[in-house]
Amino acid sequence: MDALLLVEQGLNGLQLGVMLFLMAAGLTLVFGIMDLINLAHGTFYMVGAYLTAALVPVLDSFPLALAAAVLLTALLGLVVEAVALRTLYRRDHLDQVLATFGLILFFNELVKIVFGPVPIFLNPPAALAGTVDLFGLKYPAFRLAILAVGLAVAVFLWLLIARTRVGMLIRAGATNREMVMALGVDVRLLFGLVFALGCGLAGLAGAMAGPVLAVQVGMGEQILILTFVVIVIGGIGSIRGALAGALLVGMVDTLGRALLPAAFRLVMDAANASAAGAALASMAIYVLMAVVLAIKPKGLFPAH
Amino acid sequence: MTRNLLTLASALALLATPAAADTLKIGMITTLSGPGAGLGIDIRDGFALAVEHAGGKLGGQDTQVIEADDQQKPDVAVGLANRMVERDRVQVVTGVVWSNLALAMLPTLAGGQTFFISPNAGPSQLAGAQCNPYFFNAAYQNDQIHEAVGKHVQDEGFKKVYLMAPNYPAGKDGLAGFKRYYKGAVAGEVYTQVGQLDYAAELAQLKAAAPDAVYVFYPGGMGINFIKQYEQAGLKGAVPLFGPGFSFDQDILSAVGESALGVKNSAQWSPDLDNAANKTFVADFKAKYGRIPSMYAAQGYDTALLIDTAVKAVGGNLKDKDKLRAALASAKLQSLRGEVAFNTNHYPIHNIYLREVVKGADGAVTNKTVATVFTNHADAYVKDCPMK
Repeated sequence: MDALLLVEQGLNGLQLGVMLFLMAAGLTLVFGIMDLINLAHGTFYMVGAYLTAALVPVLDSFPLALAAAVLLTALLGLVVEAVALRTLYRRDHLDQVLATFGLILFFNELVKIVFGPVPIFLNPPAALAGTVDLFGLKYPAFRLAILAVGLAVAVFLWLLIARTRVGMLIRAGATNREMVMALGVDVRLLFGLVFALGCGLAGLAGAMAGPVLAVQVGMGEQILILTFVVIVIGGIGSIRGALAGALLVGMVDTLGRALLPAAFRLVMDAANASAAGAALASMAIYVLMAVVLAIKPKGLFPAH
Repeated sequence: MTRNLLTLASALALLATPAAADTLKIGMITTLSGPGAGLGIDIRDGFALAVEHAGGKLGGQDTQVIEADDQQKPDVAVGLANRMVERDRVQVVTGVVWSNLALAMLPTLAGGQTFFISPNAGPSQLAGAQCNPYFFNAAYQNDQIHEAVGKHVQDEGFKKVYLMAPNYPAGKDGLAGFKRYYKGAVAGEVYTQVGQLDYAAELAQLKAAAPDAVYVFYPGGMGINFIKQYEQAGLKGAVPLFGPGFSFDQDILSAVGESALGVKNSAQWSPDLDNAANKTFVADFKAKYGRIPSMYAAQGYDTALLIDTAVKAVGGNLKDKDKLRAALASAKLQSLRGEVAFNTNHYPIHNIYLREVVKGADGAVTNKTVATVFTNHADAYVKDCPMK
């Protein structure tokens, strides 16, 4: 395997990591600050993708459709928080899991009724449809865009959390929720904002994933499992942990798929090597999670 | 006294149950939720259209279809199969999309003497050594579809082909089928996780291997992911892409649009096949569901036709399993793809067509038949099947 290919695989890993970070940031905030297990986080990812796909033909512009979809998804998050989740904060985690699982079923069915059961069309904007020449490496332009958007969101979140008053409350909420409430902060408003922010980020992840992946009912659950692995590895409630966990999972998954079959080919024939490599590569991130948890049971950057 | 009456009533109810067996009860266990739902829903809708065309009576019998969602999970499918046998007492189970689910469900259904007619999954195991008196396939044997593209790619003179498929029974069957007729070099043979989203790592390897053609078997959402990413990686047009119909059928084409234009693929059916039954089917399906039918929808329809033919042949007597089996096995099915006969392993002998992805007159991207690759093609495993 030559150096250029290795660089490309590194970029692929980074890009998958950044995509996971967009999902994980919202989920970890909601979990860490609101102490709410939100299985329906993937639903907002799906909604973001579907809204983008539906709005591109109407607005005739991918960036505009993306912005509108993210805002609408955040708004939907506010509504869902007020209608369905507010009563769940005092209940235990199992009730939350049940209720948010119900939300998954509800929204999947709703999307199926509105958009039909067959996956719908969404391609990258014409300007980003091709490849970009990076020192002799032809890399898909849209994947670079995902990378850029993800890194921009990471910087934005860092500024928001480290430099603003809301961010201070979010940090305080993640560290010691009871104390923040005792100090008279309007927790209801804070929770609503955090939840909407998380949903907006999930919607953004969905909108950016839509042109690369199938926009279909159930797309949220596929990515949700990976997202949970990310926040468990990173440490629940920690944005820094989410970033580190996401990049780690993205890298391990991509490099595992790229290198393991090649490694097995050294000791067995091609068909078996490919099958064994694929099987082991799909386990790699769970092995990573087990190792991290064995060494640091609260994840890499625990918030508490 | 009351207790005795209750006992008597329940005894009578038990006696009454077999009489109800004259109603044809069909268990439709298929994938209705999750990423594979598009396939299952098309099978269900195609089947429902055939029941409607038969006036609600397949083979002249009142027909009741009981739907259940297997969620593309083998354990769920086996649970549902059990329920269909024990509680719903259906005579026929159909709907299965995925080969691994078909393999998991068969022992339960065959053990319960319930006919299992696959509208899609056609694993090699059930065509060969593990063929079963209770299992029928109305669609195809997995390998057959891949064999057709293998032959085409061979005939076109490609010498270095890169192969990709998901790591599950139908994936293995697929590439084995392709290689049965393609004799050139294999630049790479890659199995990926079922349901994989991101193919960036595999596409980078593919590019590095510099093949002169690529053959991929990715049904459903996996196909959409792959085709989009193949184009974005700059490979479309640079390296010709081939696949079985599953990778380029209507469920995928409406989601990837022009990204798949010009790709040659194979199937036992195509929306433009020129026969009266198929024209009616395509028109009625579009009118009823508002979309172009996929091959899965046509297979659902053909499965219902097979049940219809066999039940008619036994005069509606559903209790004599041997007679019903003989009727299914000897059926000359007047399907949407012409007459189809069944081999000793209960798999179809039929034509396989080469199709091309084109933009139709109305602007919709769809498949057009360009050639008949195999005529009356039998599968490669029938010789291993002990049923004669």
